[in-house]
Amino acid sequence: MYNFEFEKPSSIADAVAALGGDEAQAMGGGQTLIPTLKQRLASPTTLVSLSNIPEMQGICTGDDGALCIGGSTTHGAVASGAGAYPGLAALAGHIGDPAVRNRGTIGGSLANNDPSACYPAAALASGATLVTNTREIAADDYFLGMFETALEEGEIVTEVRFPIPEVSHYEKFVQPASRFALVGVMVAKFADGVRVAITGASEEGVFRWAEAEAALSANFSSDALDGLILDADNMIGDLHGSKEYRAHLCGVIAKRAVAKAA
Amino acid sequence: MPKDGEIKSGIGASSKRREDVRFLTGNGNYTDDINIRGQAYVFFLRSDVAHGTLNSVDTSAAAAMPGVVKIFTGADFEAVGGIPCGWLVTDKHGEPMQEPKHPVLAHGKVRHVGEPIAAVVADSLEQARDAAEAIEVDISELSAVINMKDAFKEGATKVHDDLTSNLCYDWGFVEENKGAVDEAFKNAHHVTTLELVNNRLVANPMEPRVAIGDYARSDEQHTLYTTSQNPHVIRLLMGAFVLGIPEHKLRVISPDVGGGFGTKIFHYQEEAFCTFAAKACNRPVKWTSSRSEAFMSDAHGRDHVTTIQLALDKDNNFTALRTDTLANMGAYLSTFASSVPTWLHGTLMAGNYKTPLIYVNVKAMFTNTVPVDAYRGAGRPEATYQIERVIDMAARELGADPVALRRQNYVTEFPYATPVAVEYDTGDYHATMDKLEEIGDFTGFEARRKESEAKGKWRGLGINNYIEACGIAPSNLVGQLGARAGLYDAATVRVNATGSISVMVGAHSHGQGHETAFPQVVADMIGIDESQIDIVHGDTSKIPFGMGTYGSRSLAVCGSAMVRATEKIIAKAKKIAAHLLEASDTDIELKDGMFSVAGTDKSVAWGDVTLAAYVPHNYPLEEIEPGLEETAFYDPSNFTYPAGAYACEVEVDPDTGKVTIERFAAADDFGNVINPMIVSGQVHGGIAQGVGQALLEGCSYDEESGQLLTGSYMDYAMPRADDLPFYSVDHSCQTPCTHNPLGVKGCGEAGAIGSPPSVVNAVIDALHSGGKKVAHIDMPLTPDRVWNAINNA
Repeated sequence: MYNFEFEKPSSIADAVAALGGDEAQAMGGGQTLIPTLKQRLASPTTLVSLSNIPEMQGICTGDDGALCIGGSTTHGAVASGAGAYPGLAALAGHIGDPAVRNRGTIGGSLANNDPSACYPAAALASGATLVTNTREIAADDYFLGMFETALEEGEIVTEVRFPIPEVSHYEKFVQPASRFALVGVMVAKFADGVRVAITGASEEGVFRWAEAEAALSANFSSDALDGLILDADNMIGDLHGSKEYRAHLCGVIAKRAVAKAA
Repeated sequence: MPKDGEIKSGIGASSKRREDVRFLTGNGNYTDDINIRGQAYVFFLRSDVAHGTLNSVDTSAAAAMPGVVKIFTGADFEAVGGIPCGWLVTDKHGEPMQEPKHPVLAHGKVRHVGEPIAAVVADSLEQARDAAEAIEVDISELSAVINMKDAFKEGATKVHDDLTSNLCYDWGFVEENKGAVDEAFKNAHHVTTLELVNNRLVANPMEPRVAIGDYARSDEQHTLYTTSQNPHVIRLLMGAFVLGIPEHKLRVISPDVGGGFGTKIFHYQEEAFCTFAAKACNRPVKWTSSRSEAFMSDAHGRDHVTTIQLALDKDNNFTALRTDTLANMGAYLSTFASSVPTWLHGTLMAGNYKTPLIYVNVKAMFTNTVPVDAYRGAGRPEATYQIERVIDMAARELGADPVALRRQNYVTEFPYATPVAVEYDTGDYHATMDKLEEIGDFTGFEARRKESEAKGKWRGLGINNYIEACGIAPSNLVGQLGARAGLYDAATVRVNATGSISVMVGAHSHGQGHETAFPQVVADMIGIDESQIDIVHGDTSKIPFGMGTYGSRSLAVCGSAMVRATEKIIAKAKKIAAHLLEASDTDIELKDGMFSVAGTDKSVAWGDVTLAAYVPHNYPLEEIEPGLEETAFYDPSNFTYPAGAYACEVEVDPDTGKVTIERFAAADDFGNVINPMIVSGQVHGGIAQGVGQALLEGCSYDEESGQLLTGSYMDYAMPRADDLPFYSVDHSCQTPCTHNPLGVKGCGEAGAIGSPPSVVNAVIDALHSGGKKVAHIDMPLTPDRVWNAINNA
């Protein structure tokens, strides 16, 4: 990797200040960024680690009952600490491997918005709110496409607030090599309806499946999805699966998610 | 035979692998662990295009960068030889193969992504990398030839301008039989035809390759530390053909090596470069491959496209077999590349069957891809896969039981001369199939299938036989076939004064457990404890000679040399004992480390005899020399022919196409077994690699750009523990090899050779059970491919 300055601020304010520098780059757990640096595909002047900021750590329940998770909370901590939202805890417990889960953070994952990452599906299906150092962004407004989000330059995800559904499940069909999601479907049933978010499948990154949501809101059973099929045109087609295969898998995996939702 | 565990020491004991103590406690000494005072680091600037004319390489700005010692380009290597190929294949017209120049650093043209263009030697690796980015390379990109069928077409872009075409050779075997084979097909009652791909693999040893060159001006001594399976072969090839360094001035050391799987047999440019640069820079020069570099510079494996046909008579007897293969050589000929699709493949096309007429055609093609060479099994998996898939297909077409069809056609009388030029010395294919039916619980299959169906899954059972030729090889035979080296091996048994023993062996252990198994043999022969014996390997200055470890040859060839040397030791020790016991040496018996005079109670211990050899106060000096050290070279008189029967049970999820392996059974005949635990471990690992090939692994290039699409573990799927079931492995069927002193055959590659066909056969069986009449799916059987096959059936 190229040389860079390294900063490890202990408050959000200091982190934001550090990120104001020229070519500064925030780093959560570094699980994507460090391999990128090692391959010399990024050359920040300053790397600002967000791993030492107490106000961005930990899990609590908000006044409105939402599960609030600090942006620098690791996947491992969510897996063991988000018992109030079992679907989310289970999702976090199956990201990557133990090493990844002990370093990778929820804020880092959501800021990166890898089209095959798990957390974007959880945030979108939950109708989560992403809290940054400057504002609150609804998940529906946050994900703008592959590796693109509503975050401005230097803006960091400090907390994510998850409304807790009545029942939920995240079902992942893994790409055999990377074991990222080839297709991952999060279903979340709330009192006012069902939300379904899919990761791994689309050229546009994570998305909601409106037809499935309508069908499941009327009848929350996997049978309700019979006959529903997504358009293959916008799907990712690559070495690991054709567009048609991914479109088909979305239906299969969504049904399995519904069947397992608890 | 005794059950596993009944024998406590020596031959047949499952002695714990002594080398694992250092491997598992972080005390191994791998090449990258070696750092020499004053060493510099090299970074190779590699081509990012598949094919192009190299107009210029401007290193002037880079040379001025901090820490740079020297920058090398192809021009610096014009005076040295190219990387040689170790096997000359003669085509079906009697003409030699086309053999392109293989430069250390690209010169004039680049021919695959990853080919080294320049090498920067600097004080640190990061400085070398920084400087490499400042090198200005001007390449005019040319269209790339990736697909072998395209490469074969008239007017195709040529990988090598100085060759007549992209065809390395067009090999026919046995050419004289072709007419008779074609005639047999005309008269066949049934012909089964199958087109298949044997997918390209990346070997991926856990330890990437490393090379360190060192040079001492004082005595003009070169030392190369390298991750090699055969340091003497590297010394021979690099010293004699590339750099012109005589053997006594070149020492090659391969310390602990973290897996080879074939890809560390070959002599690579980076080894020659580091050796050359150490002298040119007068500093040690170290290179450690990154994993990304390994994907585009380690020789790949397999990559055959084949049409195979099987002819049967009305009674389902196999009457003829013919096969046409396109074999990918990549851009250059790696060390043994030319031999893999020919002599290591064609000679195995009889399999376990008495098919009387066989014809094999192989067209080896140059393409703009990484060179392809031997990978665990090397030619034999390709042969086995074809035979065992086409037989399964024939059974399905004929409504025959796949086990019965195989049994009916087994070779049952030995020795058996095949129609493809080899003679099987011994075997019992019914015995391994009987054992397989038992350990695979074939009778319980239907019940298990019903259980799967109740869960919405389709279950399939796939079986296959395999045979391989190991213990490569009789030197006079392979010499006639084009090998440019002998393939014997050597061992020196050095008995120390107090009776402990060091055995210097030409085989190299890079995971196989030689340090445990080899001493078991010597301990057994003398009757002393295994702990009294160590082996020494991996250093050309310490061992007499050796052709190294590959082709499951170590015990059969080098172990035989060790036995011969130990026999010489025992013969001499008996003479010493006879002198001490005042008896005739013909009356001396050696048992449990004691020499005794037959029919008397007079005896002398091993340690007393060895001490006498080194303190020869009371010693027959007029008859024998003092000391106790013997060397033997062993050249095998035939290959060995391990064989077996494998069974795989899979579940297919019809909704997703995902295949899971539920059961796997392997019944092998390896002849005599020295350490059953190590043998089981070899089979376990081999099956994992075979399952990897069948379900997960596939090296893929973009056919337009020639870019490697599977250049990391993000896209190249390696098998992991949870991809595999618990195996049932058995090697109690033992027909000892008839021509080597241990009666051993070799077990290192069996698992990788024997497992892919049974996995694929099982998936096809599962799809049929679900009503999907799928004839074939090419490996790897990814969910996407299986789902597509289901959908299109």
